[in-house]
Amino acid sequence: MSAEVTLPALLRRNSLTTPGRTAMREKRRGIWRPLTWRDYWQAVHDFASGLAAIGFRRGDKLSVIGDNRPRLYMAQIAAQCLGGIAVPVYQDSIAAELVFVLEHAEVAVVVAEDQEQVDKILSLRDRLPRLRLLVYDNPLGLAQYNVPFLRAFDEIDEEGRKFADAHPGYVEAELGKGTPDDIALLVYTSGTTGRSKGVMLSHANLIASGEALAASEDIRASEEWLCYLPMAWVGDALYSTVMSLLVGFTCNCPESPRTLLRDLRELGPTAFLGPPRIWENLLTSVQVKAADATPLKRKIFEIFRDLAARAELRRSDGRPLPPLMRLGLAVGDVLVFGPVRDQLGLGRVRWAYTGGAPLGPDAFRFFRSFGINLKQIYGVTELCGVTSVQPDSEADPNTVGRMCRGIDVQIASNGEVLVRSPGAFRGYYRELNETQAALTEHGWLRTGDAGFVDSRGHLVVIDRAKDVGKLADGSPFAPQYLENKLKFSPYINEAVTFGDTRAFVAAMIAINFETVGKWAERRGIAYTSFQDLSAHPAVRALVRDEVQRCNASLPTAARVRRFLLLNKELDADDNEITRTRKVRRRFIAEKYNAVIEALYGGASNVDLVTDITFEDGRKTTIRSSVPIENAEGITEGLMEPAHA
Amino acid sequence: MAALELSAVAVSKYFGGVCAVDKVTFTVRKGEIVSVIGPNGAGKTSLLNLISGFFRPDSGAILLGEVNITRRRPSEIARLGVARTFQNIALFTGLTVLDNILLGRHVHMRAGLVASLVFLGPARDEQIAHRARAEEIIEFLKLDDVRKQPIAALPYGLRKRVELGRALALEPKVLLLDEPMGGMNQEEKEDIARFILDINAEWDTTIILIEHDMGVVMDISDRVAVLDHGRKIAEGSPKEVQQDPAVLKAYLGRGVTTATGGR
Repeated sequence: MSAEVTLPALLRRNSLTTPGRTAMREKRRGIWRPLTWRDYWQAVHDFASGLAAIGFRRGDKLSVIGDNRPRLYMAQIAAQCLGGIAVPVYQDSIAAELVFVLEHAEVAVVVAEDQEQVDKILSLRDRLPRLRLLVYDNPLGLAQYNVPFLRAFDEIDEEGRKFADAHPGYVEAELGKGTPDDIALLVYTSGTTGRSKGVMLSHANLIASGEALAASEDIRASEEWLCYLPMAWVGDALYSTVMSLLVGFTCNCPESPRTLLRDLRELGPTAFLGPPRIWENLLTSVQVKAADATPLKRKIFEIFRDLAARAELRRSDGRPLPPLMRLGLAVGDVLVFGPVRDQLGLGRVRWAYTGGAPLGPDAFRFFRSFGINLKQIYGVTELCGVTSVQPDSEADPNTVGRMCRGIDVQIASNGEVLVRSPGAFRGYYRELNETQAALTEHGWLRTGDAGFVDSRGHLVVIDRAKDVGKLADGSPFAPQYLENKLKFSPYINEAVTFGDTRAFVAAMIAINFETVGKWAERRGIAYTSFQDLSAHPAVRALVRDEVQRCNASLPTAARVRRFLLLNKELDADDNEITRTRKVRRRFIAEKYNAVIEALYGGASNVDLVTDITFEDGRKTTIRSSVPIENAEGITEGLMEPAHA
Repeated sequence: MAALELSAVAVSKYFGGVCAVDKVTFTVRKGEIVSVIGPNGAGKTSLLNLISGFFRPDSGAILLGEVNITRRRPSEIARLGVARTFQNIALFTGLTVLDNILLGRHVHMRAGLVASLVFLGPARDEQIAHRARAEEIIEFLKLDDVRKQPIAALPYGLRKRVELGRALALEPKVLLLDEPMGGMNQEEKEDIARFILDINAEWDTTIILIEHDMGVVMDISDRVAVLDHGRKIAEGSPKEVQQDPAVLKAYLGRGVTTATGGR
């Protein structure tokens, strides 16, 4: 148990015990610039003093908006020093979402990364009466702005140093008043249903969760961590702030999202967490490079890739590897696996996680077979993102691992996963009813996920509990499970399935513009836009094959019988998916009601009218007649009896 | 009113019997964004070439502040603080983005051959300072992800941006931009327009811009000068110019003046 009860107290501790060690690095203008724990504390002290000087009080809220910059992390801890609450928001939020969060959380201070974010906040100023101060990190383009409540980070620091001279020990005294039950972080869930809710996490919640994870995993002070996940996601707060402070490892902020993959390789982190999307992108980049290599190199790559895949399957079955295979793997490590790990920037990774959504078993095994210790984790925001993790020897694409130390799980009679943890949240901000609904009478958190515990003691998550339904014949229907199976295809980016109370399963599918585009180019198929490419008969045939492949691994009732290809991608700006790319099922069911009826009505075409919201809030409409596809080989039962 | 940054006084340029620029008088004040517009062949690029010293005027004078630059060589004019980009991109395609931008620092490099070869003391410090400046520009123009890539590997829109970066590396007082948005889509144009405004605001750089996209010209220019057949036919605020009958005539043809009698 840590003696320090708050996050800023942990920072203070690190600045005293290991002042000269590197706490953070920021890549700026092409150079990684280190920052020691002493520097980190000094910067937080300056900014906290500056906040105190402008009248920031206990319980006040500070929001950060932008990419992962050291100063945004510092600003959050500075607020916590004074007993304030950090409210990180998604940097790509559109205006309406921002207003909701900033207003609901009564945010007093916003720290914005740059001009783009400042402009966004200024445009909302009239709707944010409680906002007292807007601080920017990067001054580029902001010199001409003449807004009194807009201030540079440096200015606040400067004022802070003056304040600290006049009031020595003020920040330390405020820090000393902090208690474990103070709220440290208010994280707004992306909310697949309705509006988002503010999850209140206390210092005790966060520290206990960090300790639970540290007890289950070998996490060292020498870890190099890359901060690239959205700061508004609890996962980033957990690793980039809580774990780093607790264990004392180094956080590294890349230059920009554009340079991420390059920075990843330069840095060579020792630990890495990525949503499935990142892993899929990495896998695609390896495949593309292999396909472009000379025939000899490509052949060598394929031989060892296949060998590694066979070895990985044996390992996961618990069978021993024959000596010749071991020898082959050793050679492969020198010729192929090592160089590939190095190219990806994952050569030094000791533990790597995927979480948030299922990763395809092929992709999962690929990374493991190449010697990257990829494992599944599971966590929900209400539990600070820590619930279960797979031990090194039990990695498996189908489970989410064992409960971390001190965290208990049970399955409710309706199949819902219930969890009890010291990291369980302090409630939804200003939503007492919602808070009560999220907890059982014995204080277990309803995760909202349906799942079970397998014979090894691993938790398996199937779907969102409220989405699991029944087909008309009574067989179970788990939409997300089917969608994930479809999305394992490299050509399918998004899928939405329907089937609850219906006679069969139908799906709306959005192609992966990039991979399908490349596929089309290789075949000399010309196209102009997403809509055009989606409508091409060859592309429809390609996706039909993918759907049939997916169907082959499903019980007959659960197979997708009819589907169509959407003429646009599902977009968070259109409210169709959340910022963390989860399907907003109910919203889609309403918006695409006519399409769904056509899928079940036996029509061969449907008029798809789609509103698109641009990033700046403008809207436009695209319309096209989209053919409905029948998955081949299944002909009976396509027509549903007319609904009442 | 701000001081005059650049003035062309009755400059003319003939190619054989063709008069490319015909007694054009044109002044730009410090910190202004001035656009030069006109139909194809109106003499816009020729005017830029006269200012940057690529052409020598047959008559008239060009002043940079108080300094007469009419007969100066392009390299001298560059050293005095006039940088330009070209309509057809002129970059070293085998070099990286960073190297191309560093080339723009050439006029500021002082270390001699021997000192540079030894690479100690002042030569080293100078190189660090130049690299720092180049990196500042790379950050400004959001080129960080391609800084080590050769130009040959870049798409057209990015090349245009690198050329802008190389011109900025000179730390110019006056920046001449010859169709910086040519061949770009709307989104790329908006990016460049934003960069131009930021350059102007951040470094107080005077900008003379040739551009065909009237929307952009009207949005970002303080003043607009209109050329037709080598002569300046109008000058003023974007609004004034838009309503000027001579401009309408040059752009839309003779028929407009008689409203119905189009040919």
